[in-house]
Order: sequence, then C-alpha cells, then structure tokens
Amino acid sequence: MDLDPEGIFRDDSDEDDDNLHEREANKEMVVYLIDASPKMFTPANAAKADEKQETHFHTIVNCITQSLKTQIIGRSRDEVAICFFNTKEKKNLQELAGVYVYNVTEREQLDRPDARLIKEFSCVEDSFMNNIGSRYGITSGSRENTLYNALWVAQALLRKGSVKTVSKRILIFTNEDDPFGGITGAAKADMIRTTIQRAKDAKDLGLSIELLPLSRPDEDFNMSLFYAELIGLEGDEVLQYVPSAGEKLEDMTDQLRKRMMKKRKVKTLSFAITNDVCIEVNTYALIRPTAPGTITWLDSISNLPLKTERSFICNDTGALLQAPQERFQLYNDKAVKFSVRELSDVKRVSSHHLRLLGFKPLDCLKDYHNLSPSTFIYPSDEQIFGSTRVFVALHSSMLRLGRFALAFYGTPTRPRLVALVAQEEVISSSGQDEPPGMHMIYLPYSDDVRYPEEVHLTSGDAPRATDEQIKKASNLLRRIDLKHFSVCRFANPGLQKHYGILEALALGEDEMPDIKDETLPDEEGMARPGVVKAIEEFKAAVFGENYDQEEAEAAAAKGGASKKRKAIADAASQKSAAYDWADLADNGKLKDMTVMDLKTYLTAHGLPVSGKKDAIISRILTHLGK
Amino acid sequence: MARNKEGLVLLLDVGPSMHRALQEIENVCTTLVRKKLVFHRSDEVGVVLFGTKETHNDLARELGGYKHVLVKHDIKVVDEETKDALENLPRGTAPGDFLDAIVVGLDMLIKRFGDTKAKQRLCLITDAQHLLRDPPQGTKEDQVDTIADQMKKHDIKMDCIVFREAGVQHNSVMDENDRLLYHFRDRSVAKVVQVDTPTALLGALKTRNVLPVTIFRGDLEVNSTFKIKVWAYKKTSEEKFPTLKKYSDKAPPSDQFASHEVKVDYEYKSILEPDTVVPPDQRIKGYLYGPQVVPISSAEWEAVKFKPEKGVKLLGFADRSSVPRSYFMKDVNSFVPEPGNTKAIVAVSALARAMQDMNKVAILRCVWRQNQANVAFGVLTPNISSVNNVPDSFYFNILPFAEDVRDFPFRSFSSLPPSSQPTEEQQEAADNLVKMLDLAPPGREEILRPDFTPNPMLERFYSYLDLKSKQPDANPPPLHSCLRRITEPDPDVINYRAPLIQNLGKAFDLKENPKRKKARTQERLAYAGPDDQAKKSEDDAGKAMAIDDQAKDAEKARAIEVLFPSTEKVGKIGDVNPVKDFEAMLAERSSSTWVQKAMEEMKKYTTALIENSPQGDYYEKALECFVALRKACIIEQEPEEYNQFVTKLYERLKKVDDVVKFFQLLSSKNVLLICKEEAPDSDVTEEMARSFFLKTEISSE
Repeated sequence: MDLDPEGIFRDDSDEDDDNLHEREANKEMVVYLIDASPKMFTPANAAKADEKQETHFHTIVNCITQSLKTQIIGRSRDEVAICFFNTKEKKNLQELAGVYVYNVTEREQLDRPDARLIKEFSCVEDSFMNNIGSRYGITSGSRENTLYNALWVAQALLRKGSVKTVSKRILIFTNEDDPFGGITGAAKADMIRTTIQRAKDAKDLGLSIELLPLSRPDEDFNMSLFYAELIGLEGDEVLQYVPSAGEKLEDMTDQLRKRMMKKRKVKTLSFAITNDVCIEVNTYALIRPTAPGTITWLDSISNLPLKTERSFICNDTGALLQAPQERFQLYNDKAVKFSVRELSDVKRVSSHHLRLLGFKPLDCLKDYHNLSPSTFIYPSDEQIFGSTRVFVALHSSMLRLGRFALAFYGTPTRPRLVALVAQEEVISSSGQDEPPGMHMIYLPYSDDVRYPEEVHLTSGDAPRATDEQIKKASNLLRRIDLKHFSVCRFANPGLQKHYGILEALALGEDEMPDIKDETLPDEEGMARPGVVKAIEEFKAAVFGENYDQEEAEAAAAKGGASKKRKAIADAASQKSAAYDWADLADNGKLKDMTVMDLKTYLTAHGLPVSGKKDAIISRILTHLGK
Repeated sequence: MARNKEGLVLLLDVGPSMHRALQEIENVCTTLVRKKLVFHRSDEVGVVLFGTKETHNDLARELGGYKHVLVKHDIKVVDEETKDALENLPRGTAPGDFLDAIVVGLDMLIKRFGDTKAKQRLCLITDAQHLLRDPPQGTKEDQVDTIADQMKKHDIKMDCIVFREAGVQHNSVMDENDRLLYHFRDRSVAKVVQVDTPTALLGALKTRNVLPVTIFRGDLEVNSTFKIKVWAYKKTSEEKFPTLKKYSDKAPPSDQFASHEVKVDYEYKSILEPDTVVPPDQRIKGYLYGPQVVPISSAEWEAVKFKPEKGVKLLGFADRSSVPRSYFMKDVNSFVPEPGNTKAIVAVSALARAMQDMNKVAILRCVWRQNQANVAFGVLTPNISSVNNVPDSFYFNILPFAEDVRDFPFRSFSSLPPSSQPTEEQQEAADNLVKMLDLAPPGREEILRPDFTPNPMLERFYSYLDLKSKQPDANPPPLHSCLRRITEPDPDVINYRAPLIQNLGKAFDLKENPKRKKARTQERLAYAGPDDQAKKSEDDAGKAMAIDDQAKDAEKARAIEVLFPSTEKVGKIGDVNPVKDFEAMLAERSSSTWVQKAMEEMKKYTTALIENSPQGDYYEKALECFVALRKACIIEQEPEEYNQFVTKLYERLKKVDDVVKFFQLLSSKNVLLICKEEAPDSDVTEEMARSFFLKTEISSE
C-alpha cells in the first residue's frame, strides 16, 4: 500500500512530508443515538407557512450523512452505529422496546461506514414512518423507559474493542430537554434515577456520553432539567454546552458538525519560554491537505489483494541482503558511511521541543515566509500546572503589542524556525470561527528562499505603473470584489470527483457523477457590463488602445516561428531519408550512430526526442515494428 | 561544458577590521565547497584574499599595482585542495580594497573561461570600511562602470555581502563604498546584502545554487479578453536533508569500482498462491472506499478522472483580512511579468500597487500544466519592488479546500477559571518580556531574519560528512556557536535581560503534576531520555545545559523523595510515626486513589488524636500531622480538602475548650487555611485564612 500512488495530489515540492499528515493514534467508535419522537418531526422554525418546513430530524440526518462522508474519506477505520429511540418498531439484540438499530446489508451493527450505508441513510426519512415509525417515548401509564433502553443498547454495541486503544463515544441528538416531563410522582423519580445510573455505569466502562441538544429560536434547550446530570456537567459548563439557537438552521448544522468531530491532538510539546519557565502546550493540525485514500494492488483476475514483498539486492554481487543498516553519501567521489543512529544524532540539534528566541513585529512575517501548513497550539495543564496562565498572558501581550514570537521547533526529523502568531478568538452566529491560541508557522531558512524576481533584471529602471494606471487598476479591484470571501469554502474538485467516481463504482452505478467545480470563476459576474467596462479601461490604460491588433500581428509573426519549426522537421526528414533505417536496425548498427543522427528519425516521424541513447534506439525499433 | 556548471571566485576581505568574522567566513565558504563536492562535482572555485600583507596575482605581475591581493587558490574543479585553501585564513594587515579584488577575480574568470557558456560568479565578502585607492584616471564611479561593462560582456554576476557588526559607526568612507557597491547593483550585475551578525553572515551566502525553473508560463486571465503574460517560479522550496543511499558491504574489498549500492526490488504475490509472482500486466489498482476496495484499471480511470484545463484564472479580489496568514498551505510561488514584455510589467505593476494601496488580495485558480490532476487554489499578494531594476511581482500562496480544514472548538480564554487567568502583575511581566526580547530593534538589521538564517541541521550534517570522510568513526560534531544562536536565545541578550526573565519566572508558578508518573513526564517533554547516547555527542554548552536540566529534575525528584520517602509497608497510619506513614502512602501513588486514601486516613487519625487528647497531650503530634496534611494538600492541588476538613472540625469541636486551644496553637504556628496564593484552586483569600483563626480567638475569649 502506498499513499497517493499516482502523485495526484502532490506537486514537485513535497516528496516525503509524512510528518505533515496527522498520525491517527487510535480509532474511534461512535453510536449515534437519535431521538425519533414526534417532536423531532415538527417544524424546527416558526417559519412562514409557504416556506418548506425543515424538521430537526432532517437536520440530524443531513449532519450525520455529511459526517459519514467525511469519515469514509479521512478516517475510514472508525466504526459507527446508528440507533433511533422512541420508535414504534424495535430492532436490537436485547429486544428492548422503542429502540431501533439502523443498518444495511453486509454490515455489522457497529462497523466501518460503507457506501451503501451512506446512500441509504441519506434517504432514511422517506421510508422512516412506514418502516420504523415514531412515537412518544416515556408516557404516563407505560412502564417503558426508552432513553434507558437506548443507552443500554448503545453500551452493548460498544462492547467490542479495548478502551485503551479505542475511544468510545455515544452521541445523543434530541430536542426534548425534559424526557420525563410526561410522567409524575415516584415513577418519574425512579426512572430518572435508573437512567442516570445507567449513564454512570457506561461512563465507568470508559464510554463518553455527549449530547447534541437542538433548540428552537423561541424555546431554548434547558440542560438543567435533566441532561446536565446525565452527562455529568457542573456549574458553568452547562451554559457553554448549549449551542445558541441561531436564526438559521444551517448555523446549527455547522455547530453540530463541529461538535461531532472529536478533537485530536497531534502532540504534546514543552515550550521553553526562558531557562526556568517551561510550559506545556498541545498541538493540533487544523489544516492539512486531504489526499485521496490509499490504493492496494489487486490481482486483475480474482480481484484479490496482492502481497508486496520487498527485497534488497546488492548491486555489485547480486546477493540478497537483510535490511541494510548503513547509509552512504558520495562525497568528493568517496562513499562516506553513516549508521542510522549517527544520522539521527546529527539531526538532533536542539534539546527542547520549542524554544522561545524573541519577538518581532508582525510585519516582519512576510507572505513568502511559508513552507507547509501551520499547526495550532493550545495550552494544557495536564503535566505542568500553570501552563495555561503563562500562555494566556503571553497571548494577550502579543496581540496587544502586535508581535509574533520567533521560536525554534526542534523535532528530530525536521528542526525548523517557527513564527508563533497569536490568534484572537472569533465568534459568529455559527459558533467559533477561529479558536483562541497560536498558529505555528514554519519559516524557511536562507537556503529555502529563492529570488526569481531578480532573475530577469531590466537593464535600466524597470517600468512602473503611473498613478493613472494604478487608479484604473483600483477601479477594477472595486468592480471584481469578492464580498464576504472566506477561505476554505471551496470544495476540492479533484478530490470530490475522485470519491464521486469511487462511490458510483462501489455501488455499481452506471452514471458517473457530475461534480461542480466551484473553483471556476463566476462567468456571469465577469460578464456584467460594469465589470467588462472596468476591465476594458484598465486594459487600454496598461496595454494601449490597439493591443489586440498588435497581438494579432505578433501571432501572425509567430506563425513564422511555426514555419521555422516545420522547416526543421523537413530538414530532419530529408536527412533521415538518407539512411535505410530498417536495414540499420536489422544489422544492429543503430548503436553505432550518433544521437544527433538518431534524433533525425524521431523528429521526422514526430516522436519524442528525449531520453538516453538506449531509450532512443528502443523507441526507433518500436516505431519500426521490430 | 555542462549546462549547470558554475565557475566561482570567492573574494574574501581578510583585512584587520575583518579578523573577528574570519571564522564565520571560513565556515560559510567551506560549507559552500562541501555542498559542491556532494551536488556539483564539476563546478570550479577560486579563492582570492585581499587586505593581506603579501601580494600575489597575475595583474600585479603584469601591470603592477593591485597590492595586498593574494590569489590563494586558482580556479580549479572543487577538491580537497579547495577546502584546504579555505582553512586557517591568514589574518591580513592591510586595509582591503575590494575594487582591486573584483578586478583580479574578474581577470581570473575571463582568463579561465573565456567565452564558454559556464555560469560565472564572483562572491565578495567585505566590511567595505576602508578608503579605496583612487583610480589612475576618471572617478571611482567610472571605474565601477568599466568593471560592470566587462561583467555584462562576459555574463558574470556578483554577490556582495557587506558585514558590519551592529554598533559600527557609519562614516563617509563607508557611505561612498556602499554607493559604489549599489552602483554595481543598479547596473544589474550584482546583488548586495548587508548583515550585522555572524549568524546572518552564515546565511547570507547561498551555499547551493539552484537553477530557477518556471513552473508555468502563460496568461493570467482576468477574463477572456484581458490576459497578462506571466511566468511563475518557486519562491520558497525546502532544501531537504540529502537522501542517503543504502550501503551494501558485500562487494569484495579488492573491488575498486564497487558501487556499494543496494537495489530495492518489489514483488507482488497472490495471497492464494504465495509462491507465484503476479506479472505487472495482471495487476490492477484497488482504490479504498471505506471497507470496500474498488478495482479500477488505469484506462478506465483515465476516462473518467478530473481533467482541468491548463490556465491561471482570476476569481476576484478580496480584503486582505479575509485571508488569514495561518491558512497558507505550502511553499510559495512567485508570479513575475514576462521578461522583456513592458506591457506585462506595467500591468502587473499597476495591479500590485493598487492591491497594496487598497489592502486587497487576488484569488486565483491555477492549473500549471495540462494533465495536472488537480487545481491549485490560492491567493496572490503584491510584492512591490524596492530596487529600481527589479520589476514589481506577486507572491502566490496555496489556500486550503473545504476538505482540508478541521473545525475543532477550543475553550475561550475569557471563560477559563480564574486559576488560569493571569493576574495584573503576571500580565505585566509577560508584556515586559514581549517588549524587551525584541529581535527587530530600531536602528539594527532584523535578527534571525529567515532570509539570512542557515539551516543548523544541514550545516551540521555537511561538516559531519566532511569529518567522517577523514575519520570514519567520528561522532557528530557539536553545533557551532553561531548556529546555536538559532536554536537557543542569545546568551548575551539573556544575561542583559536577566532581571526581567527572573521576574517572569517569579511571577508565574509552574508545578509539575505530581499525579502523573514522573518518568513518563520527562520522557514526553524532552527528547533527551535517560539512556540517550546522543548526549555524549552534544556540545559542551549543550551538555552543560542538559546536565543542568537533569540536575534540576534530579533536585525536584530528591525534594519529593525527601518529602515522601517510599517504604514497603504502606496503607495504614500507625501511632508510632503517623507523619512518615502518611508520606509513605502518598509516595506510593500507584493510582490517584492512593492519595485520596492517604488523606482520608490522615484526617481520621488526626481527628481521633484531637478528640482523645486529655489536656492536649497529643497536640504537638497532631500539629505535626496538620502540617504534613496541609503540605500534601498544597502539592496535590487539593486545597479544599484541607480547608473543609479544618472548617468542619472547628465547627464540630469549637465548644470544647481544650480543642480551641489547639486551634490557637495552629494559628500561632502559622498553620492557616490554604489560601489562593498557595494553591490557585483555593477559594480562600489570605485575609480569610488569617481571620478564620481570629474568629477562633474571639470565640475562645
């Protein structure tokens, strides 16, 4: 198996940036517990009658579908189970009433998501009422406690796998803040007690229970009625827990999506601020290029995976080697040997993870001081108490004084100078847009910076735009303004297409999906008269009035160039005709000819002329059909 | 001659004012030669020293003059001798005249290469502090012009590095010299950089030459009718650690031409028949989609895959603030207007300047070449040229796609508990640190500017490589002191700011979490593990530091050891030595429940002690227990545990006269409630802690 075998998503620069890709420490098992009571099917917004009424149930199905799609791309080893409660039908191993474990064929109840699950779950709503059905869960007179049942089923589903290597979670989606509101008296107290005991037992087994409460604009979800106790929140935490019921349901979808992802830290670092003050920070990879999944080689007849065997062969003797432990570098035509240990020692230039060197004003950080995606750092008090306090103080000083910190990040593989830029928290209606903390930006060294702009110096002063031309350009900027532009709103067309195709093929569909390329310019907007006029004016200002005409003439002159190319080809074919190629090839005389002469044949027949002599000869032979 | 072959003459000023920097000059030039020995074996290098006592050069012999210019090493293919020529540079005695040196170097290059196509370069390192000799005719500017013409004619470039340590007073001679050097730049034959620290000097000379190659030549399309001709280059690209080959020792020692290389062979075998090798044409790629593996042949894949059209298209302009710096994804590209195309140069200039003025950026979609599998989506920012003969250009940075971003929520700093919020005093200490540890002080060059900072790991590797070629069993050399300025703060600055830094240390109280296993913490927070052999090879200062760290850690460990000596019989607090037993229990700490248990036991024991103490016989003993418990609660960050215990005990027993005396005893020995200052989690202020026992006194009266 290798990552991105065709090198689709890499360009020339990153050959072995494995350390950029987050190592996924352990896998995760999640049970989605979805409330399916009739309350979930009532419109979520007190919207106008003519609008399409969206329900909380719909929101959740959307959210989970989205999350499954991301998961199958990025974290396909994680396992999920989807489970409804407050249903008419029951389907679970324990035969408990009101709980329905949703699944598709050829899949365990708790298993990795597959194409069919995603496809069928995304339209579960259409057949939900017929196949599964909804009902009120806990009602007076009934002795069933559906929430209790649901927790029990979820806990049973999560029985497999060790808690040490797998993080297990139960996510409850509901808009009912008072599930036991329908009953009273001793029965209520008893039910609450047993349910909370059940949740506590689950937690003792290492499962974490989280709640994703849904609320309406007119009616906030009241955590303190019941759920705070269920998931074990105290004091202030309750307030933070409830997402603000925003104006728009999409915002809530956003918030849910964010909360559904488990925060995974990359590493814990010690950050030495001075010789005495050393704090603890965690790093997170908030931005990393997503590459398409791995490939495996299959036998094309049986479609069974192939086993790859690697062997080391000595180039001089042809002997089979065990994995060689030594490396060498040619230096002054001499092989200098290193042991793996020596190499790792020489790479270790710092004894600290992260060492503060000083501070600089933000404008010292240039646009070209960049090499790879930044890493986010956030303090932690887990091992060193008081780290957060130091970090918060530094963070606020740096923000206020407009400075970034320069530090040395001494990883043993890739020690780098880094800029730590303080990030202020940004909150919008869809929740936290930018988290508070610092971004660690990897800086280039002097040998990493090139000066391409100085390659082509003009002999005199370089032409500069006049004020008039700049004014016209400003006008253009104003016209083609992307208002409310925000990064990372654009889907990666290559990746979308990749997975679109895989999904279609996995499900055996004939139709290839059509993926909209969001990165194309807005043709319509560009064609607006105001925009066209601004472009034309700018063009006239910098290129002159008659530019198109001049270009056409230049193109005609270029025609001359293509004539020239044709002439070369003609000359080559004439020269090439002087030889009897078939004869030469038969007698094995090709290798006696010069490369120049050989190339005349290639040019005359329109073949590529690249490569070494051997390659050229074999190309000629192939073309001759020998 | 090879296309990428370079002829280089190093012109090094060794005059008296340069003596302090000679070691660094030696280092940087040696690194350059070492890299050539690895990557550019056919490059040729000559070494010219000026400011020397002796004079030895062709021109002096042929024409006279050109004093104090010494050709140390003629232009030759790099080898051992080139390295030797750069070792132990002589300390010169005469003020250096760099114009003379340039002429000598130029003469050498022209004589050696004539009109061949080799790339030719002069590299001048000087402090340009001394008055140049007046030319026989015309002015010095005229002389520069003549030299520049010659350089242009033979296509020779020059890199000038002016090294003046910070604090050197500028005078008119320096101004004149600088003007002359910049005149070379204006004539488009030279590049001039000024550095003021030895570390920056190491980074100022490009030690590896990379031929700039365009990644794209074509149109920047604003719309279908308006296109600007641009070329795109790489602006930054990481110089990687060289990929070393695997070594095979199988070749007989007598074989002089053994390559010692190892070929890695891959064989694909079917799972069903593990002995048969599946030929390449019988293999098909399987793409993973969740648990499924979807077989797709390359032809099939080719037919359906994403195929964007080649081209660079403008999506529009956006506010700079809408593209945060932290979203830049990769190494940076540079968009320059098509060379020689005046219209393109002006168009780029106008757009760049308008963007600069309005604080805007452009959003682009780039497909560099046909058949590229994906699009590059990114942001164009202006790069306004400060040099007259360099056209304005753009930087291009890749931005992430929606799939590349993970939204993890983090707790707001404002909602953190007070124990994690800095106090005003602490905030001030942090402010001062940020203000004082300034790496871009006014009136100086920026310190550790990335553009002039060498890669310490690579520098070290190449010197190790050189060392190993002579002594095959050598250990990695220590990091040179100049390079340590990159990995650690400057000790001079640290010493100068010592009070400030100590202040910071005093203002913040950092404690290791005692609940975590000690060894594990150490292992995770520092690379240097206890059984680490790398330590041996660490340089002296590094060693000293490491030892220092170790010593500190050991000290801490000892402190804890003294506090809680571990004993075998743990688990019960006996009458003989309750405090010791308690501490033993704490030291056991195989799990956090032990700590809890120890505290509970101690509380029970102490309560019993006080309740059953006739006439306060055991008060001394109880006092000891209180002190131990209190200490433990502070260390374990459990102040409430202690405070509540004392409060409850007091509430219960305040009516008993004798016991009140005990509380007075506590108060007099300053064994108070644990206050905030001692443990951040405590709700008790210092005042409350004091007044609590005051109450006791009042009530007892």
